[in-house]
Amino acid sequence: MPMTEQATGAHHPQPRPRGQQSAPVEHVTGAKSLIRSLEEVGADTVFGIPGGAILPAYDPMMDSTRVRHVLVRHEQGAGHAATGYAQATGKVGVCMATSGPGATNLVTPIADAHMDSVPLVAITGQVASKAIGTDAFQEADIVGITMPITKHNFLVTKAEDIPKTIAEAFHIASTGRPGPVLVDIAKDALQAQTTFSWPPQTDLPGYRPVTKPHAKQIREAAKLITAAKRPVLYVGGGVLKAHATAELKVLAELTGAPVTTTLMALGAFPDSHPLHVGMPGMHGAVTAVTALQKADLIVALGARFDDRVTGKLDSFAPFAKIVHADIDPAEIGKNRAADVPIVGDAREVIADLVQAVQKEHSEGNKGDYTAWWKDLSRWRDTYPLGYDQPEDGSLSPQNVIERIGQLAPEGTIFAAGVGQHQMWAAHFIRYEQPATWLNSGGAGTMGYSVPAAMGAKAGQPDRTVWAIDGDGCFQMTNQELTTCALNNIPIKVAIINNGALGMVRQWQTLFYNQRYSNTVLHSGPDDVQANKGTRVPDFVKLSEAMGCHAIRCERPEDLDKVIAEANSINDRPVVVDFIVHEDAMVWPMVAAGTSNDEVMAARGVRPDFGDNEDD
Amino acid sequence: MSTKHTLSVLVENKPGVLARITALFSRRGFNIDSLAVGITEHPDISRITIVVNVIEALPLEQVTKQLNKLVNVLKIVELESGSAVQRELVLAKVRADNETRSQIVEIVQLFRAKTVDVSPEAVTIEATGSSDKLEAMLKMLEPFGIKELVQSGTIAIGRGSRSITDRSLRALDRSA
Repeated sequence: MPMTEQATGAHHPQPRPRGQQSAPVEHVTGAKSLIRSLEEVGADTVFGIPGGAILPAYDPMMDSTRVRHVLVRHEQGAGHAATGYAQATGKVGVCMATSGPGATNLVTPIADAHMDSVPLVAITGQVASKAIGTDAFQEADIVGITMPITKHNFLVTKAEDIPKTIAEAFHIASTGRPGPVLVDIAKDALQAQTTFSWPPQTDLPGYRPVTKPHAKQIREAAKLITAAKRPVLYVGGGVLKAHATAELKVLAELTGAPVTTTLMALGAFPDSHPLHVGMPGMHGAVTAVTALQKADLIVALGARFDDRVTGKLDSFAPFAKIVHADIDPAEIGKNRAADVPIVGDAREVIADLVQAVQKEHSEGNKGDYTAWWKDLSRWRDTYPLGYDQPEDGSLSPQNVIERIGQLAPEGTIFAAGVGQHQMWAAHFIRYEQPATWLNSGGAGTMGYSVPAAMGAKAGQPDRTVWAIDGDGCFQMTNQELTTCALNNIPIKVAIINNGALGMVRQWQTLFYNQRYSNTVLHSGPDDVQANKGTRVPDFVKLSEAMGCHAIRCERPEDLDKVIAEANSINDRPVVVDFIVHEDAMVWPMVAAGTSNDEVMAARGVRPDFGDNEDD
Repeated sequence: MSTKHTLSVLVENKPGVLARITALFSRRGFNIDSLAVGITEHPDISRITIVVNVIEALPLEQVTKQLNKLVNVLKIVELESGSAVQRELVLAKVRADNETRSQIVEIVQLFRAKTVDVSPEAVTIEATGSSDKLEAMLKMLEPFGIKELVQSGTIAIGRGSRSITDRSLRALDRSA
């Protein structure tokens, strides 16, 4: 392939001043121009904590009627809240912190947003420009630190550059493949006098995301779809980011091909739809995992062949041709070679695919997937997602999560932490609409759910927001419940409390001979028995202390009543401490490093695909 | 199997751009054989010439695609050795006395290099050329004793009248 300018893609128009007369020029400080810029780009909510270097910005912030600042309890909470806000609203999330430790506390949520392609703008204060490089108090090279985990970042040392940089940051964060952008502003730039006018001239000659797919590639893809015998539409988070769910439904119903939605794409295609075969991957539905393994064509739409989806890469989908559509050209061919590469926005790609497939149909080329659906239906009937109730009569975590989903009002947004409860929330809650499922997919950030739920609720105050959290995750970021209580952000939190780092414990059960090294949360190392079953911390008391309504639920017969109580309280955050059985495990499972052909439907149960005659 | 490719990367002339590029190479596990940065005919554009050592598992396409994602990168062109001129610069201080000096000067002339400094115990040689030529010259000089050696990264330019900066300049003008 010639390495010419086509690799960077065609010219894409950038936002530029509409032909209006010169906007009124305001004489302001750099700090005021920052707040005015945030107002003009439409940032209505900022999550943050002030400190020395960013302090000038907080003075004009106080007067802004268009920007609401939510004072969080830890900068990590600000970052995840901005991510949750962005995922729930589709807008750019904004967080703010001071220099040094304030900025470094944003590193985890920025990395998290980078892995999940979430549009985020992080604004940090920096020490005065003359002090940069002197190891000044609270100095950290946050631009250097976040270079590998941002889509782009800026250091601003002149007041007059602030509006332009904010405009560029929002443009980069929200277009192409979305991602986090950090803007680090020196304190003297915030303090200096400058002028403000909007819109500023932006200057991004090297940034030209390709959104329009290539017509020839679309035609090739349509031909493969209609010629295939065993196709699968492998749908990733890009479809949600491109707001392409309506188009996806049309394409799926037009072709009749099965759809699998990744962990990042739950809600992109209704779970209840008969063409939906579930989530793929390490803890995917047997039908979805197997469909990809046996497919003769995989149409990847905004998905990136992540290792959690493919398992052992060289044995993934051995019979499949690959159509790979993504807005990021670097994803195509990164892990799996594509037979038909398509660079473009998922919405435009799918819309064009619909037309191309219709044309194929009109020429009499229609795919016949009858035999394929016979297999798929058999697997779906034989290996549905399920769980056993604990024999000792205690609460089953899967049942708790399933009932929360069933009793939740329509349009409820769910935010999960990371671990077993995350997988159960992916399995046992039905996602029928886009932007109803928020989680940390790529980074796997424990502690994501409470602050992300807070951000989602701040952005969608009329929707119910449930955080499905584990007791391990909850202890990482629960202080944001105080923020919720004080700022009228009444989220609901379900602590799936098994007293352990459950997913790690599951691996210890399966692969480390039941040696539970450092995964028991409710005991110290020395006195295991004495502490067992004690409730340290007592999540009910802890939550009450933070201004929440708190309930404990231990018996299956109380479950529905407790969930109803939680759903009925909307004037403050609600926390429910569900004491669940500690031995529940996530199934199905493909063990790390093995082939997806080795998917286990349950412990010791390898599905029979009738393929033994192949051996 | 690994192969070498020469990439000309046009970037915005802004602070930190080189760090972004080298950090990308290290975090993605790409191997840099040589790297040279300098100005171009346009004050807002710098040119980085990178010789990449590509292994099968990480094809060149992945390198260029990841580089293209950097916002400050304007354009990437692969310059193939047949259709481009590639040069490196070497400065070498070679041990020399009255007996060996003339032999060294002869080698210098053979390779169309230059003697830029002479002292009783050494001569300093300046040579430009492809890496093959310079390697051959250094091999010839080695027996005399190379006291100090400094070598630039490869720079390269395509043959013919076409300029790779033209289109990038237009992009800069558009955004200005």
